[in-house]
Amino acid sequence: MIQLIAFYLFATIVIASATMVILARNPVHSVMWLILAFFNAAGLMLLAGAEFIAMLLVIVYVGAVAVLFLFVVMMLDIDFAELRAGFVRYLPLGALVAIILAAELIFAVGAWQAGGVDLASRAAPAVTDKSNIQQIGELLYTRYIFLFEAAGIVLLVAMIGAIVLTHRQRGGVRIQNISAQNRRRPEDATRLVDPGVGQGMEL
Amino acid sequence: MISVGHYLAVSAVLFTLGVLGIFINRKNIIVILMAIELILLAVNINLVAFSAALGDLVGQVFSMFVLTVAAGEAAIGLAILVIYFRGRGTIAVDDANRMKG
Repeated sequence: MIQLIAFYLFATIVIASATMVILARNPVHSVMWLILAFFNAAGLMLLAGAEFIAMLLVIVYVGAVAVLFLFVVMMLDIDFAELRAGFVRYLPLGALVAIILAAELIFAVGAWQAGGVDLASRAAPAVTDKSNIQQIGELLYTRYIFLFEAAGIVLLVAMIGAIVLTHRQRGGVRIQNISAQNRRRPEDATRLVDPGVGQGMEL
Repeated sequence: MISVGHYLAVSAVLFTLGVLGIFINRKNIIVILMAIELILLAVNINLVAFSAALGDLVGQVFSMFVLTVAAGEAAIGLAILVIYFRGRGTIAVDDANRMKG
């Protein structure tokens, strides 16, 4: 019974907040609704027994992606009212595409529940005496090790790409030149003078 | 009792909302990127639901890879957005014609 209540709670909130993401006037509010949607989706996955993915969702999506969105939305000085100009104009076309997609998906679910297609045997059956994260770890570091490393490379390329894209050299900024500082010797910088009495000296 | 069909319904609605979001926020690329995140979230829910229903862990492993790609995509997309804004002073994707594509 409590699972049923939890499922419907999470499902309702995730759909409602997803609706608010695409309808909110202010993108900052959109990001906040997105965070709520991610939290509740994590709850849904927790209900399904996928604890590791649920925690990953909270950490990666809420902790990194949503905060990245928030940074960009707040840093760029954008006139959001102007960006919403075509909202009503695009609504019929968007609604049409959305309805067709939803109908297709419902049809697919119906067909699947009516018997579905019997595919080949399980690739990695879940063992019950181990925890979810242990099972995933054993699968990820053995059979999917190369895919796992490829995912790491994807992240590395994304990181380098983001840095290369947004990095810019500013002119007219005085920055410390450490190698020049270390190369500097006393002979280059100081000079010994021996002025006569009362003559003064020129620097 | 909750079946995998319930999860599929939630994920179908989420996916549809993401596609709708792309269409109705045609000018605001930030919200378009968020809608793409919603679509990927729907895919993840699907993978996890089937993984739980079939007792097969591969779904959760691939859900992790989807998550990785989603994070990379958000980072690169927002980086492109930032340099585009720096050059043009606007993020309206309607007049993004710099590459004459």
